[in-house]
Amino acid sequence: MTVTFTLNGRSTTVDVAPDMPLLWVLRDVLDLKGTKFGCGAAHCGACTVHLNGAATRSCVLPVTAVAGASVTTIEGLSSDGTHALQRAWEEVDVPQCGYCQAGQLMSAAALLSRTAKPTDTQIDEAMNGNLCRCATYLRIRQAIHRAAEMTATEAGGTNPGGRSGGSDL
Amino acid sequence: MNTTLNVDRRQFLRVTALAGGGMLLGTQLEYFGSAEALAAEPAANAVLNAYIRITPENVITIVAKNPEIGQGVKTMLPMIIADELDVDWKDVRIEQASLDTENYPGQSAGGSTATPNNWTPMRRVGAAGRAMLIAAAADTWRVPASECTTASGVVHHRSSGRSLRYGELATKAATMAAPDLETVPLKNPGQFRIIGTRVPGVDNHAIVTGQPLYGIDVTVPGMLFAVFEKCPVFGGRVSNANLDEVRAAAGVRQAFVVEGGTALNGLLSGVAILGDTWWAAKSARQRLRVTWDEGATAQQSSAAFAAQAATLSQQPPQRSLRRDGDPDAALASAANVVEAEYFYPFISHAPLEPQNCTAHLQNGRMEIWAPTQTPASGRRLVAQTLGMQETDITIHIMRSGGGFGRRLYNDYMVEAAAIARQAGVPVKLLWTREDDMQHDFYRPAGFHYLKGGVDANGRLVAWRNHFISFGEGERFASSAGIGAAEFPARYIANYALDASVMPLGVPTGALRAPTSNGVAFVVQSFIDELADAAGKDPIQFRRELLANMQPEPPQGGQRGGGGGGFDADRMRGVLDMVAERSGWGRQQLPRGTGMGVGFHYSHRGHFAEVVQATVSRQGVVTVDKVWVAGDIGSQVINPGNAENQTQGAVLDGIAEALGQEITIERGRTVQSNFHDFPLLRLTQVPPVEIHFNITNNPPTGLGEPSLPPVVPALTNAIFAATGKRVRSLPLSKHDLSWS
Repeated sequence: MTVTFTLNGRSTTVDVAPDMPLLWVLRDVLDLKGTKFGCGAAHCGACTVHLNGAATRSCVLPVTAVAGASVTTIEGLSSDGTHALQRAWEEVDVPQCGYCQAGQLMSAAALLSRTAKPTDTQIDEAMNGNLCRCATYLRIRQAIHRAAEMTATEAGGTNPGGRSGGSDL
Repeated sequence: MNTTLNVDRRQFLRVTALAGGGMLLGTQLEYFGSAEALAAEPAANAVLNAYIRITPENVITIVAKNPEIGQGVKTMLPMIIADELDVDWKDVRIEQASLDTENYPGQSAGGSTATPNNWTPMRRVGAAGRAMLIAAAADTWRVPASECTTASGVVHHRSSGRSLRYGELATKAATMAAPDLETVPLKNPGQFRIIGTRVPGVDNHAIVTGQPLYGIDVTVPGMLFAVFEKCPVFGGRVSNANLDEVRAAAGVRQAFVVEGGTALNGLLSGVAILGDTWWAAKSARQRLRVTWDEGATAQQSSAAFAAQAATLSQQPPQRSLRRDGDPDAALASAANVVEAEYFYPFISHAPLEPQNCTAHLQNGRMEIWAPTQTPASGRRLVAQTLGMQETDITIHIMRSGGGFGRRLYNDYMVEAAAIARQAGVPVKLLWTREDDMQHDFYRPAGFHYLKGGVDANGRLVAWRNHFISFGEGERFASSAGIGAAEFPARYIANYALDASVMPLGVPTGALRAPTSNGVAFVVQSFIDELADAAGKDPIQFRRELLANMQPEPPQGGQRGGGGGGFDADRMRGVLDMVAERSGWGRQQLPRGTGMGVGFHYSHRGHFAEVVQATVSRQGVVTVDKVWVAGDIGSQVINPGNAENQTQGAVLDGIAEALGQEITIERGRTVQSNFHDFPLLRLTQVPPVEIHFNITNNPPTGLGEPSLPPVVPALTNAIFAATGKRVRSLPLSKHDLSWS
């Protein structure tokens, strides 16, 4: 069936099986490979995207559920990789294998959009659904603090989250 | 090329001009009969054997030869080359090599070997490139090479004030004689400008922007997506399947039985379903009904293994692995004897990227894109299984979403290749998480029946371990063995290590720090028990043990987890360091909170670790903090990544200890996903403080050796906190409540 939604700022229509999870629409139909498959059961968070700004596990979300909604993926977090979190992730050198990091970044971005300067506890709560098999957790926490700090320092600029690529933050 | 085996193994260097100018440079470990053979080797015309490419436009490309699985090797090996080449890291581009055994030695990821095997060879590659660029400049300027210096990719002749960039020299440099790699001058460590600095991962930007990098991201035009259902009992075969019903499902293009063999590490029988999308193939799998011939192992179970181990423990061991002195007499005369049974379970690797591989057979040539730790073994397996020549198979090494030892085995690669051949189209095979967890090469479970004795002075005088494992006859199942030189062998005068094995029909294999990840828990916990029996502080007791080296030389050591290479001085160094940094014994901790220590040598690394843990009255364990002291030699090549790896390995060990277990029932794996095989989550993560003890030893690897000690350090901390001795894992199966 046909489903229309906003993807990274652009209206997108797909014609797919109605039970197809958003994850597979993104990866195999729209060729956006940044969102990752880890468990297929919303246990690991590798597939996290934003659905109307909220961190959502796309591996268990039927595509019909996003009709008319706004979806942001890692490819749309910023147009050129300059979201504060992306810069912080590189500066702190977070990744090991890197496979979970898109999902981590999307969960972290949703957190920062609600809570500009989160505490460790707030970070832990917001990020507890995202597994990192390499256990880069200490750096994930550090990078979120660093991004919050960058954003605060850069406030006054027009675009604290980096140049927008259709992000709904 | 001479490949006679009884000749010197030497490294030689090839250089060739790039079409359009520039140079490239490669090394090879090959067998050569003589210097004449080397001289007779024509200037290489194979462009692929290069590590370094410099174009006239000064674009400097360094090839990363080994598979990147998250250990940072794609950054680390080029760092070594770039430093000796004397270029700025910001000016370097990194390129991942495909499998090319002719031109790159040792293209694999495993055993924490990348650093020890490549440290000197990669330095020589870079230094040789620098020497040739200097030679080109000296020739251009008609000055002695000894008067030329380099810095940041430029050759200088200071006295005449002349300079040329590497790019301007590259074409000429490619015509200069290649220096002898054995004697090419290397930097003094004090001159390093990249080695020893914090260099972020070269793929970081691609990762944080979601660019395709991994095996699972590969797209080949015209490919179909495949799922593959195997028998839940390992090695079972398809008797029949309702293929027509499956083929009728929406989006399904093909469904067929793949005939497999009997080797658990080869191609196994199963049903392949190919669809226009992976979701279509996976959805159709729900309709699939297979009648399996489950084979001979359908009744095996974890419970039965435990019962069999208990029975074996009552019988004389099947064989002796080591016997020093007279352990029985020493135990009989010991002032205090402790007896204990230890157990660790099967564990899954569970890398976050499920197994996958893309394969395309075209005109008799197979092209494969795979996340693999051992591409050469994978190619061999595909060639043997499909009856192809290895030269007709190309392997593209994709970044792996985690390895941990799982991708040492290429079962998914041979499946993809077999399915692609049978389907006649390019195929991307992707396993589900459930497939991944239920068809792993598990860390084997192990049972240890121990007896130890201390004398009236609290000295450890006797140790006996009957290790009950899996295998047949004298052969242990994969990664189910133990090294005869494993500590504390050689440090106790009366020592026996015996073994008995049971047959196993479960695939096993290397999980990060194989054998060590189980053995360290047992050995370092039992030492703690003996320290307690001796009435001694656990660290002091260990210091005394390390001072008690017996004269006999090490024997039976294996590389990696076997214990050969253990150095008491180096271990004492890290033990003292971790005691100091953790404030061991200097503070009074409340009831329910305790510190524990463990040390272990594996993969050439010496590590000692202290855990502080708190156990609530209800028995909930919180790891408060971990201190790590490691000795990996004279140089930490990339300190930022070294800390990341060490934190990761330590937290990995904690996750294993807290809750991970694979259970076998009715011949199959019970656990299926992360709800019943838990990874660590952020709320459980303690601070991990890391210190490296720099010693005058060659640099060694870091992917594995920091993992093993944390497990006993944690269980020993729990003992200190509660008085409860944990002798089996995982902790989630224990009642640790106290009042």
